[in-house]
Formats: sequence, structure tokens, C-alpha cells
Amino acid sequence: MTFHSILYKSEDVIIKEKTSVAPDFFVDLNLDQILNAITSGKEEYNLKLFYYSSLKDFDSIMYRHEIFQDLENPILFEYLKSFAAGMRAMRDDLVQKEKLYYKYQYKQLFLDSVKIYCEAVKTLGEDLSEVNLKSQGLLAFREYLKDYIQSLRFTELCAETNKILNELSTIRYCLIIDGLQVEVHKYKSETDFSTEIEEAFAKFKQGAVSDYMVKYAHQLKMNHVEAKILDRVVLLYPDIFLNLDTFYEENKNYQDNKITTFDREIQFYIAYLEYLAIFKQEGLKFCYPGFSNPGKRVYDYEVFDLALTYKLINEKSSVVLNDFYLENKERILVVSGPNQGGKTTFARTFGQLFYLASLGLPVPGQKAQLFLFDKLFTHFEKEENIQNLHSKLEDELVRIHNIFEQATPDSIIIMNEILTSTTLQDAVFLCKKIMEKIIRLDLLCIWVTFIDELASFSEKTVSVVSSVIPDNTASRTYKIVRGPANGLAYTLSLVEKYQLTYELLKHRIKS
Amino acid sequence: MKAFLMFKKSDFPLQQKLPWNTKALIQDLELNTLFNGMAQGDAIISEVAMKAVLSGAYNDVNTILYRQNILRDSLDNASIIKKMYNISIEAIESNKKSYLSEFSLCYPTTTLQNADGVMQLFVGFLQQLRTIADNHSDNFHSEGFTMLFAMLKKELDDEFFSRVKTHLQELKLENGVLLSAGLGKGNKGTNWILHRYLAKRESWFRRLFSKKSSSYTFSIYHKDDRGLRILSDLKGEGVNLVANALAQSADHIHSFFTMLQTELAFYMGCLNLHEQLTQMGEPTSFPSILTNEQHKHSFEGLYDACLALTLKQKTVGNTTNVDDKTLVLITGANKGGKSTYLRSIGLSLLMMQCGMFVPAETFEANLCDSLITHFKREEDITMKSGKLDEELSRMNDIVNHLTPNSIMLFNESFAATNEREGSEIARQIVNALLEKQIQVFFVTHLYDFANSIYVRKLPNVISLRAERQNDTSRTFRLIEAEPLKTSYGEDLYNKIF
Repeated sequence: MTFHSILYKSEDVIIKEKTSVAPDFFVDLNLDQILNAITSGKEEYNLKLFYYSSLKDFDSIMYRHEIFQDLENPILFEYLKSFAAGMRAMRDDLVQKEKLYYKYQYKQLFLDSVKIYCEAVKTLGEDLSEVNLKSQGLLAFREYLKDYIQSLRFTELCAETNKILNELSTIRYCLIIDGLQVEVHKYKSETDFSTEIEEAFAKFKQGAVSDYMVKYAHQLKMNHVEAKILDRVVLLYPDIFLNLDTFYEENKNYQDNKITTFDREIQFYIAYLEYLAIFKQEGLKFCYPGFSNPGKRVYDYEVFDLALTYKLINEKSSVVLNDFYLENKERILVVSGPNQGGKTTFARTFGQLFYLASLGLPVPGQKAQLFLFDKLFTHFEKEENIQNLHSKLEDELVRIHNIFEQATPDSIIIMNEILTSTTLQDAVFLCKKIMEKIIRLDLLCIWVTFIDELASFSEKTVSVVSSVIPDNTASRTYKIVRGPANGLAYTLSLVEKYQLTYELLKHRIKS
Repeated sequence: MKAFLMFKKSDFPLQQKLPWNTKALIQDLELNTLFNGMAQGDAIISEVAMKAVLSGAYNDVNTILYRQNILRDSLDNASIIKKMYNISIEAIESNKKSYLSEFSLCYPTTTLQNADGVMQLFVGFLQQLRTIADNHSDNFHSEGFTMLFAMLKKELDDEFFSRVKTHLQELKLENGVLLSAGLGKGNKGTNWILHRYLAKRESWFRRLFSKKSSSYTFSIYHKDDRGLRILSDLKGEGVNLVANALAQSADHIHSFFTMLQTELAFYMGCLNLHEQLTQMGEPTSFPSILTNEQHKHSFEGLYDACLALTLKQKTVGNTTNVDDKTLVLITGANKGGKSTYLRSIGLSLLMMQCGMFVPAETFEANLCDSLITHFKREEDITMKSGKLDEELSRMNDIVNHLTPNSIMLFNESFAATNEREGSEIARQIVNALLEKQIQVFFVTHLYDFANSIYVRKLPNVISLRAERQNDTSRTFRLIEAEPLKTSYGEDLYNKIF
């Protein structure tokens, strides 16, 4: 297999998948937060784009799954990270180089960057030959790298770099500064004055003393005096610098395109795995989801919202895990229950799972079967938009209508507390209408609502509720379980907590 | 270079762990009076005296004898010791004045100048030390001083001084500087080193012969301020290492003077104390130290040096022989000198163990590995526990730290309760200590306790009593006698009312 890209199996996929704008649902599902956390500290790679386009075929997904599985080997993972560090150091040198004005300054930096590049590439080659790889992607890359390292182009590049670096390191020159005069000549093994001083007073040595070395904040950029000195050093060693000139001209484009692309693209995996490590440390589980297509029997156990959990871990709070499954004719999860009971979080989690799975990523959960959708829609309540001439209700209906314009049986819709700005009667009516449309499309849907009637709408709907621990009624668990919708359960529990129920008030209020 | 006046082979550490019961010892034996008497207002002497006296229990016989001999030399050559001590003080002071405060500057050339200045001064003081060694070493006989003077003569020889002089002259860098560097990142100069540069001698030579070994010269325009600053920075880089080396060397010499001052401070303290005691007509003597196989402890004319320093007059001395005695019971009249006696026992042991003379006409004793006091405290400072509780808690601490070769001084311990209970507690504790061969001096009013021990007529127990003349005046002298039931509190009462 020819190596094209570590992200995509074939070139046609590469072209098809490119987009630079985040999908509409990103903010609703808090995927923007998740992505920020994943890519934080890796801005230079511009990784976000890779997370913007879901894959549409199972081959492409498997291609990534395999690579992820290879990367679970911590040794390989470290190898790739140190390669990345090398490439980053190389780029730093090149960035610095651009800021320099004196030619033997920037040329040295250029040389330095080539050196780092050669080392990083060679090391990666050796490292990869040591690990056991199974994924098509990494296997193909390893072959490519092997050939590249053995190529004449690369071996000569390395040899020449080392030669010139060695020559430069042999240079040592002397300065005599006398008033305004500066004389530059080759170093002739003059003795170190400080050693003589140390020797003269060695007999007094008593133990640790302070360090009186002044720390100079060195700027890489030379000033005019340093440049004049360097000019004269060049005169003292003309051959060495001539070699540097030639090298610089001949190797301007020394980086191999596929290798630099790999360096960037492999970060898609590294970044995600480093992000997952935060959760794994807390004992949370991830799995490679299977796909039900064309069927719609989906499930995942022990799932959690990545964005929220990330915050909870930072605050050292505990995390609640949820399960869900849809089988037979079930298509729609209707979530009801008390406010702040974790309903919206559950809906987001649901959306995150399907989306992340479509990117070929491992997803939260202990065991999952998901569905590869063609389109994913979210409808979350929006702040009123004054610019817009529509009323809020109208605005919402327009948006919902747009969804149904595009939705197919293979789409997924996530509805969160819709139509709250109208009367209950209206809402019930409209929701039922919308529900009919969804049922007719037979698509997968999760719907958070305060309308109990929706829960038992048809055999395709499943009622789940956010639960309250019975013996400590005031504490909400954020656990979402199957059960009949009962809007009062939680409110009653709060009343009990504050001892305001009828029975309790009878005893508390003295007659 | 080391002074080695406190230990034959190591420095005297000012940062050292003192015995766990240091605070109690200072309080119970009124050691601050001793330290002040030794220091005569000199803070260094005071600190050294305290550390030396309290760490005495860690010394072996050889160290004690080593110091005794040095102290004898010091007593014979007091003026020279004072002179050397003053030299070390002046050296340290001169350093403080000239540069220490400015050393954190950010120019190596300034560091170099300052260090050079300090060095010039130090060299002067070193020369003074050398002169003393040349002129007076014959008057010293102790191993410590013989070694010190020999070392000064050897290390501070003429060659040393001339070499240093040359270096310091060259480091003024009056003829320009010779630096070398390699190429670092971006071909910037790196690893700067300063070399000796003898420009005047070399310049004509170079002009004539070294044309072949090429060199290139350029000048900075005299109005190029930035260029001039850069040149001086370059010089700084080159001078950095040398400046550091010189400054650190200055620090080392500073440390040498500090060490010399510290170790001489101990003997200065001894001289000061000796002078005062002699003026009062109090005797002092060097104790005989006995090996641990025999259990000896005897003295003539032992007095409490702190009491003498406080009263500024000669005090009553005691003569006792407690050879082979494990328990010394001390009873008798109030204000009869019991506490003073107990303190003089403790103080003399501490002084002996740190190598000092002792406040007695004669003195011989074994070394102990810790001296522990359990004195009745006037009040409970912490207020959190009752008096007896506090005493027992202290006793608990003591038992945690007790070593077989400890000496314990009890002063009216466990009297915070009634006599029967107190006696019972004391009896139980003391019997245990007796059995474990811990040497105990116990001053007590607990007749029940004292008598019950006394009547057993144990060979290793001796009972001393504050003497009382019939006319009710006291001699402050202790005699060997059985415990008396009355403690003469009545006398005191009558005297006062």
C-alpha cells in the first residue's frame, strides 16, 4: 500500500473531506470546548480542521481505529512525541532564522535546523523499526520513511550538515580589546586566567560559596560589533564559511513534504489520546464503537459528557455515568425529569458520542454500538434575536423546519427543551406534530422535554428520566434511567428536604 | 587552610544540633550568666561559647585534652590571642565595608574591581597573621597552635604573596583584555574566557614577527556610544569567569577569617572568664578526666561560677567525694546552698566536657554522654496542665532521651503534690534510675522519700546535707549527713517576720 496520509486511506477521501468551518451543532454539543481542550498547546498544527469533517465510510473509520490501537502502545506513543518535539525545535530555528539579518547568523540557524531535522527523522526511523505495528497507515508510513532515510538525497544532507557543524565547532578565536581597538586572531592555547586565580587561592577553599557569575540575557540577534567580529572570524576561516554558503543555497527546501505532513497529522491522534488520558486516569472508560448501519440498534454503557467531565475532574468532583440503548423499533429517547437533573448533559453526551465516532475516534463508554449518520442536527433553545423579525416561536419553528428540509432516515436529531416560549397547549400540539414527522422518518433522536405526553407517544419512543436518590431526596444524581415520566417527583423531594410538605408543616406549625 | 583550634581535624560548626534539652539546661543552670561573662558583650563569643558548652557531651577525651592544651597556651599568651582575634574581626569588617553589599551588581567588571579591592585588604591581614606566626610561634606548645602557625608559615609564604600581587595587578586590566570564544548558536560568541595579557611586552614583538599568523583589527568610532557599550559587555562576558573566581576566592578567605574568629572566640571567652574569676580570687583548675571504667567524681573548692559572676565576689566552695556513688541525696536547710551546689555540679561537668577549666581547686570526673536537669519550675508557662502533670510530662520526655551514661540533676522535683504522693513518685523513679545505674543528684525536701532511701544504707548512695550552724546562720557548705526531717523553713519565716 502506498502511503498517502496518516488521516485518510486514499487520496480521494482527502479531497472530499476538507472543510474549514465547524459544523453548526458544535456549540450546542459543547464540541467547541472539547476541541479547545484537545488542541490546547498544539495550536501550531492547526488541528481543529481535522475534527470538522465526519467520515462517511467504514474503511476510513477502521483506518483510524487501527492507528489508534497501535498508538495505545506507550513506547510508540513516546517515540512519536519525541519526533514531534524534534520537528518543533526545527521549526523554532527556522522562525528565528527569519528574524536575523546577518547572513552567517541565519545560515548557522538554518544549518542547525537541518541537523535537528536529520536527527529527528533518523531517530523516528530507528524507533519505528523497533515496534510492532498492525495498522495499515503506520505500516505504510514506516515503509515510506525507511526508503526516504536510505535515499541518497537524505544521507547526503545528513553527512554535509555534520561536516559543516564539526568544522564550525573547531573554530576558536581571540579578541584583544584595547580602548576602541579590537583585534581578532586565531586562538593559540592561551591559559584560562580564572583557573590560575582559582589555583592561587585554592588553599582557602572552605566549602560552598555564592555564585558571582553575571547572567547575560543573550539575544540571538547580533549587534554591529559582534557582526564585525564575525566578519573577521570568517576571514580567518574562509573555507569553512564558504562551505556553509554553498550548503545554504543547495538545500533550501530540505524538508520532505510527506514527513512534515505526517508530523502534523499524527497530532490528530496524539492530541486526542493525551486528552483521553486525563479521563482514563480517573478510571473512566473508552471504547472503539461498532456501527449498527444499516440497522439502528444502538447502545453505549458508562458514558459521560466529555466537556462537563473535564471540568468536574479539574474541580475534583465526582462523575456520573449513564447507559442507554435503543432496540427493536425504539428510535427516540424522550428525556424528562427535574431541572438541573442532567437532562441536557445527557442529550449532549448522546450527540458527542455519535459525532466523535464518525471521526473514527474512540468514544466514552465501556461498550458501544453506534450509527454512522449522514447528517446530525441539533435544536437547542436560542436567546431571542432582536435583529430577526420573527418572534421567538416563529424563529424556532423556522429552524425546525430547516432541519426537516434536510433530514433523511440516516440523520440524527437532538432536540433540547423546544417551544418553551408558548403555552403548554400550543407546545403539546406542535411537539406532537414534530414527533410525528420524526417517527415517519424513522431516524434516531434524543429529545429533552417537559411535556410528559411525548414520552409514551408511540412504540418508537422510550421514556427516560433524570433520577433522584430516594433516601436523600434533595440530591440529584444526574443519572438518567428508563422510567415513566413524572414531573412532580423531584419537586416533592425538594419540598420534603425543606420540611414544607403538608404533613411536616402540620407538626411544625404550632397551633 | 583551616584553623583547627576546636577539633584536631575538623572545623567547629556553628550550625550544629545541640542537645534536645538545651533550653532546660540554659534555664536550670543559669548558663546565660556564664555566656555573658565569657562574651563581655561580644556577640560572636557569646554564640560560640553557648554552642561549645552545650555540645560538650559529644566530645571525646582527646578533643577535651586538645582544647585544654590550647587554652593553657592562650592563658600564657593572652595578648597574642587577642591580637589574632582582632585581626580576624578587622578582616571581616573590612570586607563588609568594601563590597559585600554591592556584589549583586550586574557587571562582571564591577564584581572584579570589588573583589580585587577586597583581596588587597585581605592580603594585608594575611600578612599580619604571617608576621605573628614568624615572631611568636616559639611561645606556643600546644598541638593546635603549633599546627596553626606551621600552616600559616607554609601556605602564606613569600611566593604566595608575590604571586597574588602579580595577579591582582594584571586583573586591573589596564592594558586591555585578551579574550577567546567559540561559535555558538547563530554563530554568536560563546564560552568566553579571559586570558593573561601582557600587552606592553608583546606589542612590538607581535608587530615584528607575527604578521604571518594573521589577525584583523577594527576600531569603534569614538562617538558610537552603543558600540562602546557593546565592547564593555564583551569584556564583561570575558571577565565573568575570572571575576567569579576572584570573588569566590575572596569569599573563601572571608570564610577562613570567619572560622579563625569563631574558633578563637571560644578561647577569648575562656580568657575573659578566667580574668574575672581570678580578679575575685576564685580558683580555677584544669580537670582530670577519667576513663569510664572507674566511677569517680571528686572535687575540692567547687563553686558555682555563675553565682560568683552574679555576686561579683568569691563564693563558698564545696569539697565532696562521690566516687562510686550512683545517687547523691541532698537535703537540708532552705537557702542552705543546695541549689547552688547542684548547679555547680552541672556547670563544672559542662565546662569540663567542652575543654574549659573548671571553677574548683581540684576536680576529677568521668565523662558523661548527656547531662539532664529536672528542676522544679516556678510556674507552668503553658497553663494547659497542672504543675505535677507538667513535671511528669517533662520526666516522660527525659526518659525518652535517657542514655546509660547520663547524669541527672533533680531539684525539688515532684513536690507539687503532698509529701506522701511526691515521695512515692520520686521513690519509684529514683529506684528505677538506681537500678539502671544512671547517676543522679537529687535535691529534695521530701523527707519520706529521702529517708526511705537512706535507711537502706546502700553503698552507692550518699546523703549530703546543707550545713546549719546552731546560731541559724548558714555556711552554704554541704556535709555528709543523714536527711533531716525539718527543713528550717521556720528559720526563714522567723528571719523575715
